[in-house]
Amino acid sequence: MNLLQVEDAVTGWQRPAHRPVSFTVRRGEIVALAGPNGAGKSTLLQALIGGNGARLFSGHIRLIPQTRIGVQTQHQPPVSGVPLTGAELLNLTVADPRGLPEWLAPHLTQRLDKLSGGQRQYLALWTILQAPADLLLLDEPGNHLDRTGLASLPAALRTRADQGAGIVLVSHDDELTQACCNHVTHVEPDDDALPL
Amino acid sequence: MTHSLSEWAMQLALFWRPALTGALLAATLALLGLYLRLRREYWAALAYGQVGAAGALGALALGAPPLVGGITLSLAIAGLKHRPEKHLPPAGLFPLLFVLGWGLGLLLTANLPGVERLGQALFEGQLYFAGPQMLAGAALALVATVAFLRWQGRHLLLANLNPEHFRALKLSVWPVRSGFDILTAAVLALAVMSLGVMGAFALVFIPAWLIFAFAPGWRAALIIAPLAALLAYVLAFALALVYDQPFGPVLVLMLGALAGIAPVLAKLTSNQKSAPRCQTAARFSMYETP
Repeated sequence: MNLLQVEDAVTGWQRPAHRPVSFTVRRGEIVALAGPNGAGKSTLLQALIGGNGARLFSGHIRLIPQTRIGVQTQHQPPVSGVPLTGAELLNLTVADPRGLPEWLAPHLTQRLDKLSGGQRQYLALWTILQAPADLLLLDEPGNHLDRTGLASLPAALRTRADQGAGIVLVSHDDELTQACCNHVTHVEPDDDALPL
Repeated sequence: MTHSLSEWAMQLALFWRPALTGALLAATLALLGLYLRLRREYWAALAYGQVGAAGALGALALGAPPLVGGITLSLAIAGLKHRPEKHLPPAGLFPLLFVLGWGLGLLLTANLPGVERLGQALFEGQLYFAGPQMLAGAALALVATVAFLRWQGRHLLLANLNPEHFRALKLSVWPVRSGFDILTAAVLALAVMSLGVMGAFALVFIPAWLIFAFAPGWRAALIIAPLAALLAYVLAFALALVYDQPFGPVLVLMLGALAGIAPVLAKLTSNQKSAPRCQTAARFSMYETP
């Protein structure tokens, strides 16, 4: 059964951003959205979340009712100077800390601004990846990860999918998409759309 | 002016009600201050206090209860926060309301003899005259704040740190937007009636600023901030009483002194074992506060 069905969808903010896109996501599947910069991949993701101004211009987006969605965008949590530990960050989304890589788990009790940028990014990703959700929308999860985090990422995504989640992954990283995705959908920019 | 120990005890017995009122408000404001700092809403806090003071003076001039006037006007400007942003740049709204509240309050104080005493008290802090109604209001403010934060504390953090995920969860938005604003506006309008405008604002601002620097985590911050505020408050209360000084300025200076030790505390806590830093990732991290 499809968690998410996208049929000939064209999304954008003030005007269409990309050509029609179709794909489906089932439980246990990871679907990558690939394409050049500015093609509208993140816009499509925003339209899937809904309620933020990103519009569906044509086509259909069907989501099973009561589907719990987890969202990770490229905007990272502004935790610098905020007294928040890793464990408290995970608790915000009720994310399960079990399964955290060994290089990160011991640092959960530390303030986030005492961790490295890569460690913070991996924890921020984990708060979404392990939140109680059926469908995860991840926008460039590899951004800002250090080498250790990048190495751990494919297995973490695959494990989450195997636990029953469907995942939509926006990524420029071909290595990552080849390592863990079931399907790759290409998003092409709508060059014919008239500028405002 | 100094007093013997027995005179101090007599005065404390005499002033137990104002002392308790202020203590309850100090703890409440420090708690709210943590979330106001997280939301970067200090100008709103200042405006709630100053406009609340002007509302109290205006109400007194009209023969209405000052507390009602203060809370009403403060809540009214909280309602402006989420108005359509057509006419004024939003970043300037609360600074504008703050200075307007200040101007209006001073003019009312200067021109209406009936409100002069209250006006002076609002600017200096009139803690020693807090009556049973103020005590009840302060107790209610603390209970309401604790209950609200137990209900919505996690969502307030999530809405600020990960707004996209908060939206995707389709959680109710009004508690973390209007609900928090209403609570803050009402508590600040109440607090200025006894602590004064700047005393109340200092309790919102300084403990949170201090605690953000060195608290080991959010849960710890929720405990340390009210305790730090209470410590400064008790010392200020005793000093103002013993040396017969206006309470508000003494409280502000005491909180300022407390803030002076922040770098020392931050240095002490920075000696905790930290994880090795990844310089490249940190350089490009977007975690820095804009």
